Parts: sequence; C-alpha cells; structure tokens
Amino acid sequence: MVEADEVLDASGLSCPMPVLKARQAMQKLAPGKVLKIITTDKGSKSDIPAWAKQNGFELLDSSEENGKFIFYVRKPA
Amino acid sequence: MAEEKKKKKLCIIVSKGTLDAAYPPLILASTAASMDWEAHLFFTFYGLDIINKKKFKSLKVAPIANPAMPMPVPNIIGMLPGMTAMATMMMKRMMKKQNVPSIEELINMCKEMGVKFYACQMTMDVMGCPESDLLPVVDACLGAAGFLDIASDADVTLFI
Repeated sequence: MVEADEVLDASGLSCPMPVLKARQAMQKLAPGKVLKIITTDKGSKSDIPAWAKQNGFELLDSSEENGKFIFYVRKPA
Repeated sequence: MAEEKKKKKLCIIVSKGTLDAAYPPLILASTAASMDWEAHLFFTFYGLDIINKKKFKSLKVAPIANPAMPMPVPNIIGMLPGMTAMATMMMKRMMKKQNVPSIEELINMCKEMGVKFYACQMTMDVMGCPESDLLPVVDACLGAAGFLDIASDADVTLFI
C-alpha cells in the first residue's frame, strides 16, 4: 500500500482544473514525497498519468473506487 | 534533472473570438504550463477579442449556422434578435454546471503559470484597437515574423 504525504481532492472539477491544481500541490510538496490525487473527471484517467509523465513524476499507483479516481504521484528526490 | 534540459514548447495561433473557440487555446496552454512546458499564445484577427478588456467578458456563441449546438436551433430562428444571447447564456450555464472555469479565470490561471500572451499588431491597427484596450496579461504586440521566430523551435504548434 502506498502512503501519501499530502492529499489533493479535485473531485467535481473538470478539465483542465485537476492538472492545474495538481501542479500547485506538487510545487508545495518536498522532493521525494508522495501526493495522493482524487478526481471525478473521467478525462483525468488519462490526463493525470500524462501530466505526471511530462513532468517527470513517478505514478506509483492508480485506482478507481465509487466513481472516484485515485492516483499516487511521487515528486523526484 | 528536468531543469537542465530544454522545456517543451507549445505555440498556438488564436484566430477566433467566439466563446467556444476561446476555450481550447486557454485550456491547452494552461495544461501545457502544468506539465512544465513553455506556452505561447498569439491572438490574431477575431481572437484579439479574447484579450480585449472591453470584450473578453462578453464573448458569445452564435446558434446561427451552428448545427452542433447542444439544442440545435433552425437558422431561421437563430437569426432572431436575442438568440445569440440565449445560446451564450445556455453554454455558460452548462460550463458552470460542470465546474469549467470562466474565460477570465482561465486567462488569470494561464498568466500565473507563465503562459505568454501576444497580440497581433496588424490586427490591432486594422481593428483600431490601441494597446491600452488590451488586458495587462499581454506580454508584447508582435507581427507575423515575431511570432514565427518564437514558434520556430516549438514542439507543438496549433492554429485555432
């Protein structure tokens, strides 16, 4: 099980807000730490992994429960 | 590390000033910035309205000759006074329901993340739009050569 250091709840937000909020949250995060991102926007299923890849962040895990998408992303150390 | 390599670069020519056409460039530019790309927007022709202080809050979507409206309006009705205002109101309401930010909010978010805004100098001259009518987010007024110079090493270039 991946442990999150910070949580960003972007539920209810539409494209492009989840990745914009994720960027802000990631900027505040210390290197090596893990951000948990929660979204409900169906586009974010592909957007968050693409956003992480382009930023060079490691996507540790992604899952779906009760209509929510959950991602764990690590900021490089 | 990522800092050492050249950032990816997105350049978009924004040529349309309707509400529906204003969204894609701003969404793409802010998303690019969120992925640590450089993003440059060149506003030309009617696209200039999007960065015009007096016009950017009243961009519209017209139902006439627009068969793709969520509720298609026959052209003969679409041409009646008030139909454009009604279609615009409907679209804004639908956007709000889905929590899509307004054009103003998107412009501000783009700016905060370092997206560059350029106004087309020729369009300003043709439309009689002085620099003082432009939003303060505008970084420079450029000609075609100026924009092409910026776009010459872009990774993604789009015309919208």
